[in-house]
Amino acid sequence: MHPAPSVIVFSTLSGLGFGLLFWLGIDANPPTGLAAFIFFAIAFALAVGGLLSSTFHLGHPERAWRALSQWRSSWLSREGVSAILALLCMGIYAIDLIFLQIHATALGLIGAALSLFTVFTTSMIYAQLDTVPRWKTPLTPALYLSFSLAGGALLSGRVNFAILLLVIAAICQFIWWQRGDVALSDSGTDLGTATGLGERGTVRSMAHPHTAPNYLVKEFIFVIGRKHAQKLRRIAFGLTFVLPIICLLLPFSHVLAIIAVFSHIAGVATSRWLFFAEAEHVVGLYYGAR
Amino acid sequence: MTDLPTKTDRTLGLVIDLDTCVGCHACVISCKGWNTENYGAPLSDQRPYGTEPMGTFLNRVHSYEVQPEQGNAQTVHFPKSCLHCENAPCVTVCPTGASYKRVEDGIVLVNEDHCIGCGLCAWACPYGARELDQAEGVMKKCTLCVDRIYNENLPKEDQIPSCVRTCPAGARHFGDLSDPNSDVSQLVESRGGFDLMPEMGTLPVNKYLPPRLKDSWDDQSLLAPLLEPVAEEPKGFLGWLDNALDKLPGGTA
Ligand code: SF4
Ligand code: SF4
Ligand code: SF4
Repeated sequence: MHPAPSVIVFSTLSGLGFGLLFWLGIDANPPTGLAAFIFFAIAFALAVGGLLSSTFHLGHPERAWRALSQWRSSWLSREGVSAILALLCMGIYAIDLIFLQIHATALGLIGAALSLFTVFTTSMIYAQLDTVPRWKTPLTPALYLSFSLAGGALLSGRVNFAILLLVIAAICQFIWWQRGDVALSDSGTDLGTATGLGERGTVRSMAHPHTAPNYLVKEFIFVIGRKHAQKLRRIAFGLTFVLPIICLLLPFSHVLAIIAVFSHIAGVATSRWLFFAEAEHVVGLYYGAR
Repeated sequence: MTDLPTKTDRTLGLVIDLDTCVGCHACVISCKGWNTENYGAPLSDQRPYGTEPMGTFLNRVHSYEVQPEQGNAQTVHFPKSCLHCENAPCVTVCPTGASYKRVEDGIVLVNEDHCIGCGLCAWACPYGARELDQAEGVMKKCTLCVDRIYNENLPKEDQIPSCVRTCPAGARHFGDLSDPNSDVSQLVESRGGFDLMPEMGTLPVNKYLPPRLKDSWDDQSLLAPLLEPVAEEPKGFLGWLDNALDKLPGGTA
């Protein structure tokens, strides 16, 4: 799959933002006043910034409101609805804390649940697709949720939770990669089933419909990314998990905390790039690719 | 609403004969021609006369080679357009309701005024039947020529999809696949029509007819006896001439 920068920015930033909102929402002793303002400003900047960036790849962003209508059937629609509800709840919750020093416990809990649900809906947009076997697994929601929770814990300064959740997310990521590498061959879909000619012999693509690439080739067949995939996986793993965990285990300092956060963000972005770049869409089979 | 209808009154679709398709791409051109001028936004081209020309097409023809374990490989030309799936994943993923399946005839369409061009439906289609138009920013797909098949202004013989009307080999057939007595259903029945990627659970309406097995070169051809040389050695006058010339000095043999 083509790794569109806007979608990678979206899923990296808004995952972290909603993760942070989750921890702020369930906090028994949340920050108030200026401290609250800073935390919520970061969380909203990440979540809203991510959402806005995701509209950049739309053909008609001005009609984006229509995407809220099909929540009964579409995960993408549910994502939009859930994100707006989460931001509304957490917005009121934040105003209460910043300006009125009021801790609206129930509202925070509802907002936290909606924030996490938003991350879940994002993951389901990918996990629902039979056409991309690498994504079609309950491990995909596990991956997105664990990343979001770990990143949120890290941003909100919960050292112990952050270490624990980073380890869990690292395990999810490792298993997800292992499974992903055999997902397409395990799915049983190949050029034989795609053309229905597989039982007669080995099918080989002899000529594409057109000599130049088309939308389908550009969107679904991205093979350049696979060349350095193993190297990038190691980089992503080191930046997302290893370096932040080391920083958190060392005696606390603000510099180390900042290194941990930025390393984690860069790592998540790399992992998300691979999430798309390595994913094989079955349409590629028709073009003799995978 | 992007819920799928539980049942459609009719199930219109195409039956594509892989045995007869000669790979001429006439259906590709006629589809592009009809659909760029009729239903919805035109099908744009990018750099049509430049390097790497590309454009939106609703129907494309691939060519494959099938190599059996024994014997010679077979070339199969393979036209592919939307299969108007009964369990269309492209419809249920659509966040705006722009993609829908019609209850009256099962045709899967895009309401281009509501489409935000998110591309998710193209991701959900296993067959590569949807293309996001790069100029219009909306999703394009085969309409089963909905603006021809019900168009009373056209002569009767033209009230079928453009690709079907154009195919010079008669490799594309159009009809109601829910009616077991329709021509298309009969064809599927008698020729063993099959689904593409049945494991995806999309229940495609369009069916493909398998290519017939290729003749073997080893079998004796009907014409072969007629092509044998009539005489191995010259006889009569030619025989005498052959001998006489051989006796003359200066021959090379
Ligand atoms: S072929 Fe693709 S676009 Fe057409 S109905 Fe099936 S899934 Fe949808
Ligand atoms: S591209 Fe248009 S038709 Fe396709 S899912 Fe998005 S809004 Fe629906
Ligand atoms: S039915 Fe019409 S729109 Fe569909 S492939 Fe044929 S010509 Fe194109």
